[in-house]
This record gives sequence, C-alpha cells and structure tokens, in this order.
Amino acid sequence: MTLDELKIQEYGMITEVKGSGALRQRLLDMGITPHTKVMLKRIAPFGDPITIVLRGYELTIRKEDGKNIMITPITPMTSMTLIEDEGAGK
Amino acid sequence: MIFALAGNQNCGKTTLFNQLTGSNQHIGNFPGVTIQAKEGTVRGCPHLSVVDLPGVYSLSPYTAEEIVTREFLLTQKPEAIINIVDGTNLQRNLYLTLQLLELEIPMVLAVNMMDQLEKSGNHINLEALSQQLGIPVVGISAAKGQGIQKLIIAAQTVAEKKQLPQPCIEKNILEQDMVRLEQVLTAAAAKQKLPVAFAVTRVLEGDHIITRQLDLGAEEQQQVAEIIEKIEQDSAMDHIAALADMRYEQIAVLYGSAIQEFHRSQEQIRTDKIDDIVTHRFLAIPLFFLIMLGIFWLSFGVIGTPLSDGLAGLIDRFSFWVDGVLGRFSISPWLHSLIIDGVFAGVGSVLSFLPTIICLFFFLSILEDSGYMARVALIMDKALRHIGLSGKSFVPMIIGFGCSVPAIMATRTLASPRDRQMTIMLVPFMSCSAKLPIYAVFAAAFFPAKPWLLMMMIYLLGIGVAILAGLLLNRTAFRGDSTPFLMELPPYRFPTLKTIGLNIWDRAKDFITKAFTIIFLASIVIWFLQRFNFQLQMVDSSENSMLASLGKIIAPIFTPLGFGNWQATAALITGFSAKETVISTLSVLLSNGDVAGLPLALTHFFTPLAAFSFLCFCLLYMPCVAAFATGKRELKSWRKAIEVGLFQTGTAYIVAMIIYQVGSLLGL
Repeated sequence: MTLDELKIQEYGMITEVKGSGALRQRLLDMGITPHTKVMLKRIAPFGDPITIVLRGYELTIRKEDGKNIMITPITPMTSMTLIEDEGAGK
Repeated sequence: MIFALAGNQNCGKTTLFNQLTGSNQHIGNFPGVTIQAKEGTVRGCPHLSVVDLPGVYSLSPYTAEEIVTREFLLTQKPEAIINIVDGTNLQRNLYLTLQLLELEIPMVLAVNMMDQLEKSGNHINLEALSQQLGIPVVGISAAKGQGIQKLIIAAQTVAEKKQLPQPCIEKNILEQDMVRLEQVLTAAAAKQKLPVAFAVTRVLEGDHIITRQLDLGAEEQQQVAEIIEKIEQDSAMDHIAALADMRYEQIAVLYGSAIQEFHRSQEQIRTDKIDDIVTHRFLAIPLFFLIMLGIFWLSFGVIGTPLSDGLAGLIDRFSFWVDGVLGRFSISPWLHSLIIDGVFAGVGSVLSFLPTIICLFFFLSILEDSGYMARVALIMDKALRHIGLSGKSFVPMIIGFGCSVPAIMATRTLASPRDRQMTIMLVPFMSCSAKLPIYAVFAAAFFPAKPWLLMMMIYLLGIGVAILAGLLLNRTAFRGDSTPFLMELPPYRFPTLKTIGLNIWDRAKDFITKAFTIIFLASIVIWFLQRFNFQLQMVDSSENSMLASLGKIIAPIFTPLGFGNWQATAALITGFSAKETVISTLSVLLSNGDVAGLPLALTHFFTPLAAFSFLCFCLLYMPCVAAFATGKRELKSWRKAIEVGLFQTGTAYIVAMIIYQVGSLLGL
C-alpha cells in the first residue's frame, strides 16, 4: 500500500520510495528511506496534507506525494515511542 | 577568521547567530557567490566573524539555498564550520552533519536545546558523538545563552590548529564499494580541488553539477558505472536511495550510542496538545481568523492608531516649525513649497505608518518563530493548491489586507522564486488599509444607507479577482510544477525577545530606508507635477498644472470605464505615491480641499456606476510606490517589478471596464 492510505495512528514500514528528481531526493534527505518506520499522526482540516511521525520528528506531506511512498503496515508493540526511541541504547 | 554557521531550519540557528553577534550584523557581500547571508562579528572578539548560512537539510543541488551553501563552503574556505543541530531531533539533523564532514573543513558540532533535554530527563552522550564524528561536540542552549563561550573556544581551537574532522563511524556493507569508488575518483577530484569523500557521495547521488565538474574520462566513467551497479545489487535499491539509506544507518549507530533511553520532551507533549486544537477539523480556521483579527485590531487599531497619530502629530508640528523658519528667512516660494508640501507631506504621511508596521511585525514574528505559521500553511495548503500555490503563500495574503509592504516582505519565507513572484502579484488584490478612506468617502457619497455593504463587495471582489488571476497565471505565465510541499512541523517554542527585537529592527530599517529614498523621490515628482505648468512656473490652481495636463491627455483611456475625466485620472496618478492621496487630490480638485465636502462634490461628478467602476480600479491597480519598491527588492529585478505593476494595472482596467460596460447595458 502507499503512505497516503494509512489511517490515523496507524504504523507502516517504508519499502520503496518512487518518483524522481528533486522531490525524491528531498524525501530521502528528510529520512523517508526504505526500512524506515512511520506513523500517521494527523490529517489537515481539509483532508490534505497529512502529518507523519518518523525518526523522532513530524513531517507534513501532500497525499499526492505520499502516493510515491510504498509501505507495508506494521503493528506497534508499544505506543509512539516506537518511532522516537527507535535505535536508542544500541 | 570566518566561521560558517550551518544547520537545519528550526534548530535555533538564527537564535545562536544573534547570541554570537548581537547587533553587529549586516548583510554580507561575498565575491563570487550569490548569497544574501547575514554576517557579523562575534561579540567581544572582533577578529572572529560568523556567516549565517541558509537553513538547509542537505547539500543536494536542488534548491538555491543548498547550492549556495555548498558553493560558499567550497569556494570561500571559512576557517571553521559551526554545525548546529537540534538535540531533541538528532537523527534528521545529523544527516547534514555527515555531509558537512566530507568537506574537509575544520568543524565543531553545537548540540542545541540542552536545556529542553535536561528538563525531560534525556541525556546525550556528547563524548561518544565526538569520538565517532571526529570533531569537538559542545552542548548549548542558544535561547538561554548557555555554552556559547565554550563553543567559540572550540571553534577557534580547531580553526587555529587547522584540525580536520576524523570521523570513524561504523561502516556498513557498502564500505568496500565506497573505497573503490574513492580510488577511481581521487585523481579527478584533486584536479578540481574537491574533497574526495565529497566527490564520491556526490557521484553516488547523481549530482549533475559535481559530476560535470569532475569531467571524468571514458575509462573512469566505465569503472564508476560498474561500481554503482554493484552497489545497487548489494543494497537491493537504486544508488540514490542506497546512499541515503547508508547515511541513515550510520546515523542510527551514532544515535544509539548517544542516547540510551528516550523520554518524550515536555516540548513535544505540549506541542501535541496545542496542535490538537490548532489543527482541529472545526476549530482550526475560526481560531486562525480570531488570531489574525486580534493582530489586526491591535496593530491597526488599539496600539497602532494612537502611536501613528502621535507620530503624525509630531511630524506635523515639526513641519509647522520648519514652515515658520522658512517663512522667516523668506525662502523662495517654490523651495518652501517643495519642502513642506512635497517632502514633508509625502514622506511624513508614510513614515507615520511606522508604528503600525512595527506592531504588525512584532506579532507576526512571534507567530512565525513559535512555529504557528507552519500550521497555518498546513491548514490552507489544499485550498491554495487549486491556484498552483502552497499553504505558505496564505499568510502574506492575509497580511496584505493590512498593508502590501509587510505582506510582500513576508514572501521571503517562500522557498520557490516562482511562488514568490506569483504571490507578490496577487497580494495587492487584497485591499490594503490605505484604500479604506477612498471607499469610505465614496460610500458616504453613493451608498449612505449601507456603507458596509459597499465595503464588503469591494473586498470580496478583490479576493475573487485574486483567485481568478491565480488560476489564469497558473495556466499561463507560471505553468509548471509548483514546488513540492514537504515541511517540518517544529515543536512550539517561544522565541527570545532578542530574536524578535532584531527581526523588527531589520524590518523597520528596511521601511525607513525605503521611505527616505523611493517615497521621497515620488513625493517630489508628484509635487512638481502638481504645482508647475510646462513652462516651469508655479501655478495657483491645479487646473493648469502639468498633472492636470497629463491627466487630460490620459483621461480618454478611461472613458470606457466611465470616468474619462482629467480629475479622476490625476487623482489616480497621485495614488501611486500613496493611496490616501487619491482622496486628498480629489478634494483639492473637486471641493476646494475640503475633504468633508467631497462626498457631495462626488455625486455631482460621477454617476453611481462610474463611481463603483472607479473604486474597482482603485482596488486593483498598481499599489503605491512603497509596495512597488518592496516588490522590486524581493524580486531583485526592475523588470519583474514593472511586469507585476503592469499586470495589476491591466487587470484593474479590464475588470473596471467590464463592470462599467455590463452595468450600463443592464441600465444600472
């Protein structure tokens, strides 16, 4: 499925980042890379754009750009700390 | 010694810069690099200066900021880089850090927000970070001014010793391939004087600028292609993603060693609660309008008006005194008039606006630096997408309802030049407050029963034209992809008073300089046209002035709009210097300078339909000289500014004409 299909409070792991050029580079730079876990935090009042949580911060992205990001849904074992403390204490 | 300050947006870079330099800052001029960065000397160390580079997330060649940042670092060769990162958001911030390390410039890492981390019980192992990154790491709190001294000393030390970064981060499966790539590119990189590690990652990222610069021979290109293919096999993704993936894996290792246990900071908890309300489906918009209304009410009303009036009063009194002095010394009448009626009147009326501008920017500064504006852009993005802009253009447009000058200045936050120009074109359609007196007087003349109805119609017409113009521009002159809207939502932080103060001082300086140059000139020109005839003699009545003659020549153009007379035309011409002068000119020409008697005079002069058409033209045509000058400043081009002015005036003409013609047909 794609990123824009996530529902609020749902988690996903990124499998592929499609697209090309500047937008794709920007997505990768901001941490949207394969194997990254993300969660959908909010949807804007008018339905678009969406806010996701990844790598400990919040990012706003348009749904149409989210269509380029392939994810598989995952179930969290704990709450949002899964995203933020991911990697701590290794 | 020059230190370059580099870091993400929203990590406190500007706060740190202000802490370091205080008010010794100015716009730097760097030969060979097109950059408008602030530069300043460190307080107490005049031999150290800091350059505030734009906030960037990486050094890829896709946005002007990124290109300019790396160009600066490669060509200007600062003695050291101070890389500031947000301690509460380390992972993404370190992405830029890894790229900066490749540049082989002495560097220190400043981990900001240490106070926040302490409060939340989070502890960062700065030693571990320092060891792996191979550079000194200093914990600071820019907002509280902690750790700054230590940071300066660290930067000075690495700069003096010319200590290059010695990173030793755990590598991954791609290590061997990277080493081979390095071997292939060493010669070419040395020839171009580029750091090898930097050249390697650039080539891997498909950076067209650097790849071209390296100018590889056929054999080298072949080898590079082979290695890239192997990398893609080893990582099971394309080489660009592979590089980003590798970097973030390294970051994961760094992060893991730096942070043992993570606690959500109070900032983040508080931010969540606030965002629940601010971006709430039903509360978001009303809340926003309440806030804007509040700001407008305070800036243009409660605080703004008394201060403005006070300042205007002072200017008046000064003007009066100068008037007396000039009279006593029997200065020739034309010089006397030039000083009093030309310069003082023109510049004074605009200067008295300064308190309002300061007030407005005080509030807007808080909204921007606290992080609220990012939420506004988020909320309004969908709506603005229909005309090809992003949510970030919304705030300048709202400010435009107060005054176009700060609104145009606010477009600086828009990253894309296309978005910026288009927004600057549309902002003046939001009827600014200077035009209110025009509507008020006409309303008193033609719609005495329901003046507010007229006002509302005019405002809505402005918005409507802006939307239509936006749709049109989006399909024609500005066709093409709008920039991707990928925006970080920082936690809410209250900006320091110093940052706000410096911000306001910046804008005020801007405004005053403009007043004393452009508006000064415009006032003189208009005064001259109004007081003299073509034989260059002073005239008693405006009827015989150059302005009137000009008006008479141009007036026929406005016949299809219903007001093809020279008085209306003359008033519109004076409106270029400031919209308020439209009313004062009309009163001079039609009611002997008596503004109170103007409404009556107007009814004898315009038909109601012609009056409405005139108002529409006033609403839409090129805004005052101050706005024009601000536009030119932001667009950095006379040609573009003139294009914008012509576009607005052309639109005004067409709309007013349609209204008049259709109205006549309908027998209004």
